[in-house]
Amino acid sequence: MMLEIVNLHARLADPRENRREILKGIDLSVGAGEVHAIMGPNGSGKSTLASVLAGRDGYEVSGSVTYLGRDLLAMAADERACAGVFLAFQYPVEIPGVNNMYFLRAALNAQRRSRGEPELDAGQFLRAVRARLKLLDLGEDLLQRAVNVGFSGGEKKRNEIFQMAMLEPKLAILDETDSGLDIDALRLVARGVNGLRAPDRAIVLITHYQRLLDHIEPDRVHVLQDGRIVQSGDKSLAAELERRGYGTLGDAA
Amino acid sequence: MAALVETRGAVRSLAQEGYKYGFVTDIEADSAPPGLNEETIAFISAKKGEPEWLFEWRLKAYRAWREMTEPNWAKLNIAPIDYQGATYYSAPKRQNAPKSLDEVDPELLRTYEKLGIPLREREALAGVAVDAVFDSISVATTFKDKLAELGIVFCSFGEAVREHPELVRRYLGTVVPQNDNFFAALNSAVFSDGSFAYIPPGVRCPMELSTYFRINAAKTGQFERTLLIADKGAYVSYLEGCTAPQRDENQLHAAVVELIAHEDAEIKYSTVQNWYPGDAEGRGGIYNFVTKRGACRGARSKISWTQVETGSAITWKYPSCVLEGDDSVGAFYSVAITNNRQQADTGTKMVHIGRNTRSTIISKGISAGRGQNTYRGLVRVQPRAEGARNYTQCDSLLIGDRCGAHTVPYIEVRNPSARVEHEATTSKISEDQLFYCRQRGLGDEDALSLIVNGFCKDVLKELPMEFAVEAQKLLAVSLEGSVG
Repeated sequence: MMLEIVNLHARLADPRENRREILKGIDLSVGAGEVHAIMGPNGSGKSTLASVLAGRDGYEVSGSVTYLGRDLLAMAADERACAGVFLAFQYPVEIPGVNNMYFLRAALNAQRRSRGEPELDAGQFLRAVRARLKLLDLGEDLLQRAVNVGFSGGEKKRNEIFQMAMLEPKLAILDETDSGLDIDALRLVARGVNGLRAPDRAIVLITHYQRLLDHIEPDRVHVLQDGRIVQSGDKSLAAELERRGYGTLGDAA
Repeated sequence: MAALVETRGAVRSLAQEGYKYGFVTDIEADSAPPGLNEETIAFISAKKGEPEWLFEWRLKAYRAWREMTEPNWAKLNIAPIDYQGATYYSAPKRQNAPKSLDEVDPELLRTYEKLGIPLREREALAGVAVDAVFDSISVATTFKDKLAELGIVFCSFGEAVREHPELVRRYLGTVVPQNDNFFAALNSAVFSDGSFAYIPPGVRCPMELSTYFRINAAKTGQFERTLLIADKGAYVSYLEGCTAPQRDENQLHAAVVELIAHEDAEIKYSTVQNWYPGDAEGRGGIYNFVTKRGACRGARSKISWTQVETGSAITWKYPSCVLEGDDSVGAFYSVAITNNRQQADTGTKMVHIGRNTRSTIISKGISAGRGQNTYRGLVRVQPRAEGARNYTQCDSLLIGDRCGAHTVPYIEVRNPSARVEHEATTSKISEDQLFYCRQRGLGDEDALSLIVNGFCKDVLKELPMEFAVEAQKLLAVSLEGSVG
């Protein structure tokens, strides 16, 4: 297994915040080469699951997460990234004054250094960039702009997938990458993601709607509700959800 | 006065006696007794073998200073300074100098390493008594010859007084008069040494002045005096300071810098200031009270100040431009960092006197730890300054929740055709930004440095290339340990 989640619980660590449990015992296994979709209504804990897997600070977490045989929860956020865990953000963050190209090269080289690989020089990097920009139909001007600053909603999401294409993670978690996209942008994002499916890479799609799954076909679909996975199935489960809504599912669990 | 002249004569003859043993012996000489009075001034002036007019000039400054009080309008919390307890002339001591890098504080060495300071320079910066210093002097001499061919004068202030008294006398104090302010008056009375440069008409200075001299320049003492003149159509870029942390036994520093740009001339003045900021509680850090001002005397002249201020316990500094010539241009680009207990009150004054004068102010303040950072800026448009324009942008970045950022703009417009714009923002480095960077593989410190350098980009790009790279590293080192 690439990723093995057992009885994962999480709540906010800050005593001033609402301390109710957000994740209430999640079990999930994802194998290499697989695409899993995690669906669920707002507030079911989808984004918290993504944040906890990526190592965001501010959560009190228990249970175990094994990633490629390592204890993922014991690793810092940047260690996880360097070990091949990638999170496509629901709300990509703006970093004024830092150009996109510089940012990406710094990130890629940090990851390569941690793996003991040589850093890419500017020329090698640029060749890699050009090939992948084409995949997402992004212009080169995007590289010279500050990270996510002044990007349209669609550009931000495509930029996330572009970064994923550059960083070549082993486990990619896409948090609501489809939200706020029009149909053309959705197709481009889906084309990008499909192009990155590979036997040694797992992808976890977190989404509210089924429509993304029309374009990226998952191997497994899980329904997250109130911090628990209440149902799992193949892609037909997504279609069923679309017909019947989330409301009816709690009982089936 | 008679007694004073007598003292002065006696001191002078003593000093001259010492001089036969050469310059080295001379700087080994002892200090003036503590305290500041007319005899101290006489002692300093005699020590330096100055002409009568300069001695009188110093005295005038001293007498003005005596009547003045310390400015208290800055947002700075300063422990009382005992001006009569300080020593105003003290030759550098070599007895205690470390003999090799092995004897130097490892913490200091680690910082040099991080800043990428070349090995040879590290020794000199750490004050190691070795021949490295002589290497840089010989390099300096080579460049001096090249400059001399173009008619450029670039030397220590003291040398300028001896070799080019007419230039010094013509310009000294014309931008910052002796009684300008408390600290400028103090400097004028007791200044130790500094730099002088004169670029003749139409000459473009072919190198960044002081790049090769920075180690020596770092030893010019606590009351530094700099005077730069760009004659008609001349151009010069001047670098001051050094990214390496500088320690000094004197806590009080009060420098004065005067720039004069004639018709069509341009002066770019870049500073990286990294004086010892004190320990985590701010104890022992340098007090840096600086008066810097440039006069755009001629039409179409330009002066720009670029500063990266990361050191000192207290910074009080407002590099300014007086835009006298029509169509003259002033600029101020600043990054100021305060961490731990550091306090900075810094900014600029742009005084528009000539027609169609333009000025730009870009200020980036970064506060971390318990640092307090204030931008204070004045834009003044005089009645004759038809068509004057100013653009000001002031951004503050907060790291953590115990620091402070303050913005105090003063705008005085006396001409209705003037256009003055002011933009200001204050933001906090967000957890989101840090997490985003870390999720892509950057460690804590790299993430912080990336975000901060992005914030400062508009200023850093004004620095000469080599300096900019060092300054970027310096920002990262200055903020070490402020997150996580």
